[in-house]
Amino acid sequence: MLELNFVTVAFFVFSLITLGGGWGVVTNKNLFRGTIWLMVSLFGVAGLFLTLSAPFLAAVQILVYIGAIAILFTFAVMLTRSLTNLRERYYRTWVNVLGAGALFLLLVLGVIAPVWIANPDRALPVSDQVVRTVDFGVALASGEGFVLPFEVASLLLTAAMIGAIVIARDADEA
Amino acid sequence: MDCVGLCDVLAQAGWDRGLAQFLSLFVGVILVSGLPLVTVIFLIWVERKVAARIQDRLGPNRVGPFGLLQTFADLIKLLIKEDITPAAADRLLYNAAPILSFASVVLIWAVVPFTPYHIGTDLEIGALYFVAVASLGTLAVMTAGWASNNKYALLGAFRVVALLVSYEIPLVFALIVPVLLAGSMSMMDIVHAQAGMWFVFMAPLAMVLFFVSSQAETGRAPFDLIEAESELVAGFNIEYSGMKFGMFFAAEFLHVFTNGILLAVLFFGGWQGPLANEPLIAFVWLGIKGSLLYFVSLWMRNTLPRLRIDQVMRFNWFFLVPLSIVQLLVIAGLVMILKEIGLVPLNAQGHIDLASASFLSMLPMTLVLFFANVLIALPVVQWLRENGRKLRERDEQRTRRAIAANAAGAVGD
Amino acid sequence: MNVLNEWAFVGIFAVLAPVFPILPIVIASILRPKMPNVLKSQTYECGVETIGDTWVQFRVQYYIYGLVFLVFDVEIVFLLPWALAYHQLDLFAFGAGFLFIFLLADALIYAWRKDVLAWK
Repeated sequence: MLELNFVTVAFFVFSLITLGGGWGVVTNKNLFRGTIWLMVSLFGVAGLFLTLSAPFLAAVQILVYIGAIAILFTFAVMLTRSLTNLRERYYRTWVNVLGAGALFLLLVLGVIAPVWIANPDRALPVSDQVVRTVDFGVALASGEGFVLPFEVASLLLTAAMIGAIVIARDADEA
Repeated sequence: MDCVGLCDVLAQAGWDRGLAQFLSLFVGVILVSGLPLVTVIFLIWVERKVAARIQDRLGPNRVGPFGLLQTFADLIKLLIKEDITPAAADRLLYNAAPILSFASVVLIWAVVPFTPYHIGTDLEIGALYFVAVASLGTLAVMTAGWASNNKYALLGAFRVVALLVSYEIPLVFALIVPVLLAGSMSMMDIVHAQAGMWFVFMAPLAMVLFFVSSQAETGRAPFDLIEAESELVAGFNIEYSGMKFGMFFAAEFLHVFTNGILLAVLFFGGWQGPLANEPLIAFVWLGIKGSLLYFVSLWMRNTLPRLRIDQVMRFNWFFLVPLSIVQLLVIAGLVMILKEIGLVPLNAQGHIDLASASFLSMLPMTLVLFFANVLIALPVVQWLRENGRKLRERDEQRTRRAIAANAAGAVGD
Repeated sequence: MNVLNEWAFVGIFAVLAPVFPILPIVIASILRPKMPNVLKSQTYECGVETIGDTWVQFRVQYYIYGLVFLVFDVEIVFLLPWALAYHQLDLFAFGAGFLFIFLLADALIYAWRKDVLAWK
């Protein structure tokens, strides 16, 4: 069954951090504190990447999410008027609970179903090969790799930036 | 996990293997983190002494020989000083911010290679790790400003965060250059790749960009909008007092020295130098290089006046960012062309290999890259001079007009 | 599991690093005098009671800086592996990287022309 070793302990600790942070986000009435809790949660996700032997993704998670998205969120919150104390109550709680439950069920199904219904004949064996960050770089930029997605990513980022500037400028002038 | 050194000794003595591993790691962490902690106490004295000498003062000279014990006196003062938490503050986040600020700087030291054999942990993604960890400091500033619940603190925090995130872009673009040249993000590999030639000779512009933007990241003059005592009282830490203020303070001092060390590792060969096979001598080399770069940073801080925020932002977005992109492209392009010509040392697989290259085999590549950098730098310096002159003339004109208008008004009365 | 071994050090470090600043703060809280009063714990602004919410509406400028930074940050995430693998790559890969950076430089130039990056 479950072997209690270093990795397992790390997995449970990081899962706890992720879920605890998520709980903090949805229960906090203060938007800034909510952002901080979100960062705690994402930190846990970074740890989970580590347990999956993906240190590059873990560092990216910290750099992009905690370093940049957190800042962006606070700036965005600051654009609004006084949202630190949400006193308004949201009604129709049952609808929300039902929707959230359905979504959760879908997620659980999505995770479990492939394992449950999987055809062992068609399953691929778990690779023992350690994929390093260098291999990722080679795959991104070499001719037989994923050059097109690489360039499309750049195009997407450019579009995102231009779009944001257009929208922000409109908001500024209004 | 491999069990060597202390772990091996403990395991031989009959300890549990897991416990022995944990203990040896723990001792390693204490050693690696102890170094910056001891250094910071000394740094505060150095910084005050250097600042005093530049400003033609004596600096601390009463407590202990040459005032060396001044920091301990300050420490005792901070320890027994009343610490006021404003009633309106968010207590949890208010207390967490200085802790995060200091921890984010100390954590960088985990990947600093001290000698060829001693490093906290040689992460495969070391260079990305230290950028990611340092970006936590930005979050600490934001949290401090918000949790203080003070208008000046919030305004100061927002300005600083806008500045910090802006200067992180040229910083990372400059960082890509040593990664590209060494072909590795591991800090140890980056140092090894500089065995034949330091990267500063191949990419002087990247070095300057890294230095300038790391100076901005620590919030030192001329970028010290973090403090801006004349406009924002004290910026984001206005409400902090006692030891919590001391932690922000210590984090800043330590960050400046850490940047000196990082610069030495990335561009000045780290522990490389004559007789670097002896760990102690290698360590001294790193210390000397780091301290010299640290001194340049102090020198800059105490010589240059503070810039306005619009000037700082303009300098970044219209100058540093495009320059960092251009120099990265030029270096990447030239390295590839040189490789095709055959002027770059290669290994058996035909990949670039700088770690085992000698000084002479690196020379042609270095010369080409150096002159390419100079060729970029010359027009840039010329442009800077012209732009500076233009801005100054504009300001002069504005002032002259204002004086004239004042004089006319006075006559009218 | 090789990767996790390297990171065990960082894990212990990350747990221990906050202890260093916490320790002096805790010692200080034992040693220091504690005599708060209403006046002392007022917000330190202008010498009179602070008026209104601290949470005022900020300009959109900050958001633009944050967003441009985010875009560049994500770009760096792609460029670092590219630079990392550069030793094994050929001229084609340089072209790919060049195009990648060039497209983003376009966005930067757009931001310049719209004058959203200058502090106003």
